[in-house]
Amino acid sequence: MPEAPTPTRLQPPADSRVEYSVPVGDTMKTTTCYMCACRCGIRVHLKDGRIRYIEGNPDHPVNKGVICGKGSAGIMTQYAPARLSSPLLRVGERGSGEFKEISWPEAMEIATGWLRNIRETDPRKLAFFTGRDQSQSLTGFWAAQFGTPNFAAHGGFCSVNMAAGGLYSIGGSFWEFGEPDWDRARYVLMFGVAEDHDSNPIKLGVSRIKERGAKFVSVNPVRTGYSAVADEWVGIRPGTDGLFALALAHELLRTDKIDLEFLGRYTNAAWLVVRNPGGADDGLFARDENGAPLAWDRMRGATDAKSAGLSPVMVGDYTLPDGRQARPVFHLLAERYLAPEYAPDAVAERCGIPAATIRRIAAEIAEVAFGQPLVLDQPWTDVWGNRHAQTIGRPVAFHAMRGISAHSNGFHSCRALHLLQMLLGAVDTPGSWRYKSPFPRPIPPGPPPAGKGAKPNTPLVGNLLSFPQGPDDLLVDDAGNPLRIDKAFSWEAPMALHGMMHTVIGNAGAGDPYPIDTLFMFMANMAWNSAMNPGEVIRILTEKRPDGEHVIPHVIYSDAYYSETVPYADLILPDTTYLERWDCISVLDRPIGSAHGAGDSIRQPVIAPDRDVRPFQEVLIELGARLGLPAFVREDGSPKFKDYPDYIVNHQRAPGVGPLAGFRGTDGSKKGVGEPNPDQLQRYIDNGCFWRDHLPPEQHWYKHANQAYLDNSKAMGFIPKAEQIVMQIWSEPLQKFRLAAEGHGERQPPDRLRERIRTYCDPLPIWYPALEQQGADLARFDLSAVTQRPMAMYHAWGSMNAWLRQIHGSNKLYMARSRAEALGLVHDDWIWVESRSGRLKCQLAVMEGVNADTVWTWNAIGKRGGAWGLTEDSPEMLRGFLLNHVISEWLPAQEGFRSANADPVTGQAAWYDLRVRVTKADSPGVTEPHYAPLHERPNQPKRVDILRYSTKSEA
Amino acid sequence: MTCLPEITPGAKKLGLVIDLDTCVGCQGCATSCKEWNASGHSAPLPDYKPYSAGAEGVWFNRVHSYEAGEGADGRTVHFPRSCLHCETPACVTVCPTGASYKRGEDGIVLVDHDICIGCGLCAWACPYGAREMDEDQGVMKKCTLCVDRIYNETIPEAQRQPACVLACPTKARHFGDLGDPESKVSRLVAERGGQPLMPELGYGPVNSYLPPRRRADTQPVEDAPTPMDIKNPVLRWMDRVLSR
Amino acid sequence: MNPAPSIVFFTTASGAGYGLLFWLGLLRPVGLVPQVPAFALLCLALALLLITAGLASSLLHLGNPQRAWRAFSQWRSSWLSREGVAAVATYIPALLFGTALLTGRPGLATIAGLVAALGAVVTVWCTGMIYASLKPIPQWHHPLVAPGYLLLAAYTGMALLAAVSAIGGVVAGPASFIVTLGLAGLVLKIAYWRLVDGGMGRSSAESATSLGFIGRVRPLDPPHTETNYLLREMGFRIARKHAAKLRNLTLLLGFGGPVLLALLATQLGFGGLLLPLAALLALGGMLLERWLMFAEARHTVTLYYRGT
Repeated sequence: MPEAPTPTRLQPPADSRVEYSVPVGDTMKTTTCYMCACRCGIRVHLKDGRIRYIEGNPDHPVNKGVICGKGSAGIMTQYAPARLSSPLLRVGERGSGEFKEISWPEAMEIATGWLRNIRETDPRKLAFFTGRDQSQSLTGFWAAQFGTPNFAAHGGFCSVNMAAGGLYSIGGSFWEFGEPDWDRARYVLMFGVAEDHDSNPIKLGVSRIKERGAKFVSVNPVRTGYSAVADEWVGIRPGTDGLFALALAHELLRTDKIDLEFLGRYTNAAWLVVRNPGGADDGLFARDENGAPLAWDRMRGATDAKSAGLSPVMVGDYTLPDGRQARPVFHLLAERYLAPEYAPDAVAERCGIPAATIRRIAAEIAEVAFGQPLVLDQPWTDVWGNRHAQTIGRPVAFHAMRGISAHSNGFHSCRALHLLQMLLGAVDTPGSWRYKSPFPRPIPPGPPPAGKGAKPNTPLVGNLLSFPQGPDDLLVDDAGNPLRIDKAFSWEAPMALHGMMHTVIGNAGAGDPYPIDTLFMFMANMAWNSAMNPGEVIRILTEKRPDGEHVIPHVIYSDAYYSETVPYADLILPDTTYLERWDCISVLDRPIGSAHGAGDSIRQPVIAPDRDVRPFQEVLIELGARLGLPAFVREDGSPKFKDYPDYIVNHQRAPGVGPLAGFRGTDGSKKGVGEPNPDQLQRYIDNGCFWRDHLPPEQHWYKHANQAYLDNSKAMGFIPKAEQIVMQIWSEPLQKFRLAAEGHGERQPPDRLRERIRTYCDPLPIWYPALEQQGADLARFDLSAVTQRPMAMYHAWGSMNAWLRQIHGSNKLYMARSRAEALGLVHDDWIWVESRSGRLKCQLAVMEGVNADTVWTWNAIGKRGGAWGLTEDSPEMLRGFLLNHVISEWLPAQEGFRSANADPVTGQAAWYDLRVRVTKADSPGVTEPHYAPLHERPNQPKRVDILRYSTKSEA
Repeated sequence: MTCLPEITPGAKKLGLVIDLDTCVGCQGCATSCKEWNASGHSAPLPDYKPYSAGAEGVWFNRVHSYEAGEGADGRTVHFPRSCLHCETPACVTVCPTGASYKRGEDGIVLVDHDICIGCGLCAWACPYGAREMDEDQGVMKKCTLCVDRIYNETIPEAQRQPACVLACPTKARHFGDLGDPESKVSRLVAERGGQPLMPELGYGPVNSYLPPRRRADTQPVEDAPTPMDIKNPVLRWMDRVLSR
Repeated sequence: MNPAPSIVFFTTASGAGYGLLFWLGLLRPVGLVPQVPAFALLCLALALLLITAGLASSLLHLGNPQRAWRAFSQWRSSWLSREGVAAVATYIPALLFGTALLTGRPGLATIAGLVAALGAVVTVWCTGMIYASLKPIPQWHHPLVAPGYLLLAAYTGMALLAAVSAIGGVVAGPASFIVTLGLAGLVLKIAYWRLVDGGMGRSSAESATSLGFIGRVRPLDPPHTETNYLLREMGFRIARKHAAKLRNLTLLLGFGGPVLLALLATQLGFGGLLLPLAALLALGGMLLERWLMFAEARHTVTLYYRGT
């Protein structure tokens, strides 16, 4: 538990001018914040029906009472004039912003008509993409019920590299599925973490490690935020973190500072890999007749790698009983990373980090992991029945996020970090990175993605976003062409676990792999900052076929605010704000558990909407019923759920398993699995709108091999079998893709992608320069360019918020002082920023703490005139800019074929691979490109000249 | 009365201790302050042109960022700035009306908005930029140290702290009695070498800033001997006996 | 500091008015000015007009002018309050002075005039001390500031007195005063500028942030991307070149011109024309001087925003 703030017992001095004990408000309700992805618990105080004060809920496990700059500004998000107020139907040209207000019945009728037509003919023609959706267990399920494979949220352009890298390596991942042991770590390394997931828990964690004096190293091209308070800032070149990590691995191997016991027990380091170059089984695990992977036991020879009492060899070549040759994974990895190409001296220049620094950091990590192991007197029992009297920890903890993720080499860079953790034995031990329950899960955690065989009026069975094990699980047709509009799970991105929202509109515009009829989006600003190339998205959304019909005939959009995307839709379904809705933060979706137990939470409406708006989820459930989607109607065809809360409580994904894991069973006494509880929501509300399981201490560590934990996890319905989850250094699914590329098996990549699959589906972590930069003229575009979200505007758009936009109303491009001097530029100069795909104009800022070969800016501050309820002369439009305008969503054309500018394994959008050059602009002015202002919507509320918000006085 | 109160030895000096080693510049203190005070003692805190060019408003707490030093020794420092509740605040003594006052019992500097004439002289007199003019009402406003929270009997005792302190996600802000050398905040200041701002001006700021900690010296490591010279370094693990 | 027109006008006008009142009260009894009551009445009216207009202008600067009366309460600590008290108090002898002149009571006129002169000195000293007491503004927190206010009030007051005298035909005495005071003012301004041209005194971005132990401190990002009250009030900047030009103009117009005109008037005559012109120049020069007094003053709060 966090330390409670020390109460200062104070007697107020007599002062007639101060009223000391005014009640905060007249009502207080708990709910869950939605101003970013942290999902902190908040307490909302109301006075006379208006919001008086939003504070962190001290009892909440995520934020423990603290609240960030955005969360505290929720009042202004709630009352922003940019809020949509009624369903809208487009009446002018698309993009003109000319709408008429319509009623909800009309809006639902129109949407149902369009959707029914698609469902009855070709459900694939619905592309349903839901942006910053926190209800993906519902939206994904709805899409599958509809029968379209074309569903995803924004993960594909955010952090899928982290999710995929982790889930295919250690059965968990940074952020949502794991966290550093802030209370015990003695050495914390952060890679590519700016203001990033997850905001408040990291901040609380930083305070803990600072308090304890643990060493904190931040690897980041820019020294702001967390890097500013780190004990050591490593100003790396963007996109080289994986190489740096592998050089650290090289050093640990070279100096034999690795936890071989840990590797042998808990990872597949001892598993035997078949050595048969050119053969169909090359690189696959040697398995026994039951399919169990084999290791080489010193006494028994080839033996089930998971068996008790195993004494595995870690290096050497062995002949299997069937005569094939095999080698342990560890041998293969040691051989690879001991190679001179990974030596610090070999990578120093490329990473922009002196070799001596790399060696020192490796030595420091090793010293902490092995010289200062943490020993807790906490007994536990492993999967082989061994009772351990103590729990041994390697107190080196990692966290990594978008700086790793948003590169086209991010998947492997992330795997490289997990490799380091495994070499150190620093996974789920005291002081290291730890799984957040319900993780770990099996590697990979689930069945393959659904999406094959879409046909009219028929749901798809299974999860649309799931986990391929090999070529057979890809969503491609017999010719190898993608089945999904975004080409996720195709040879272009075989492990695109979160879909590829960034390619949807481009692909739909090109009819590649097929045209669509309706683009249905929620909370995704695709015509502006969420697009890798907003200009292109705008072009496609307004493009018409020769017959006059739009290339994308229907666009339905749901959002709470008048964003840049609203004018490009035909039908607007206005959503509520986060304080006006029910929601569930489900264990089925993106959980908020901790290392100490699983958890989930709800949102409850704290105020009633004063506009003609409806919560999107409720609209979706009604659409489901209107369309007759089987899970949303009763047998007689009537709606199965009366509203979203009804769905949250009564929907069962599997018997006894529903959106919420807490307070299940008719009396609310069950957790994880249990009958629906009609009082469930009230129980959540009574508990502060969250539920948190508390694992007994013996289940806190080594969860991947902790029998008691695994048994419990199975009982809760989190994992199918209570078996050891063996971490995968060598990834067999990747090798299967590679074998297909080498010509094995029935499903093989098209020839143009063979080499790409062979290269990038390496079963061990590799490093390669960003795809966009391969073959590019790096001397011409001599600077890397990246963005980060400012803490006060992290993860969502805040420009409609009267307070937050004062903090960040415009942005500049930051450059190292030395670089600016070399270019003859000074602070505030107007500059041109040019990339291979475009140019923009903005102002320069100079600073010390940035890698000299890198420029950066705050993301999503630039806005388009007319959007977000702002006037056209606002600084967001005149002096703010989006780096997106010089990013391309496609790689440079190769032989007529365009590949997404994305990670070749996961499809993760490669935002940070951008290279630019900077030149002085002749004249000041406004930022460019400067788009024509958007039309204001009907009944745009009047903007006040002076905002005097206060609940102390009358409204 | 704008003459300074007689301060008896041992009197309370309530104030904030701000840890520059831990502040990550998230603005949580700034917006939570704005939020609390918008409906608190000094309500409202107006915002001018909130949705157009030239948006600005009344904020009691503003977070700057600085870079100090160059090269490897340089630091980026996030720096929240608000009223320091000085021991000898000129903003009080210059006030012609008595609206501005310092309280002897707890040291808080406040403004009585009912008699302030909005002359702005206190803002000139404050070297730290802590005064915020409400140009709508024509009166000066400022950080009250959440005087309507810290003594508020309707708030649970643990939460009777300034909004900024409760909000701070990195716990970089501490509230307490700096007049009591044994208090938690005084001990923090003593242990960490808390600094006053612009001490040369002699206002005796009560709030204190804990400096960024000096970085541990980073010594290059001796190049550890490696069996890299043997023919196949991988084979050195050949004889390692593992068990489970 | 922002050179708000209301304040620039106030200090210039009321300074000149009090200066005139001072000289009238002081010099009339010793016979150095025309003794006809009309002369004194005219001067007094002019002085009170300038004082009142100045004070009225200063009210424009207030957020709540209707509460201005409260400003008399804190004379024990506040120079602004003292100024208010002194200003209002000075009206009493000044009005008495006028009444005595009108009603032909020379004894009372002399005493009231002298008391009013004293009130004028006290008031202007208070005005000067308002600025001189502000430590965050090194250009104001300077030993020459309050004396400067007195001297320049005396100078402009004398210029006005001389102008009125000259219309009445008395030239030589007042003109020599102008020369003396003008030259003194010139010396004072040059000395003052030399002494204050040193930046921010002892304060710096390093001391303002306590981060000097790390190295040079440079602002990276401001708290808000747009401006704010403090920056509008205190962030005024004037280019060094521009300031130098204006300083020269001040010296030339405000001091050089009137001194020259006064000398010419004593040598060549045309006092009735030249001395009013000298007064106008002196007043114009003082407006410029006062404008620069603000424009060139730098408040420590800018250290937080600009680092310098």
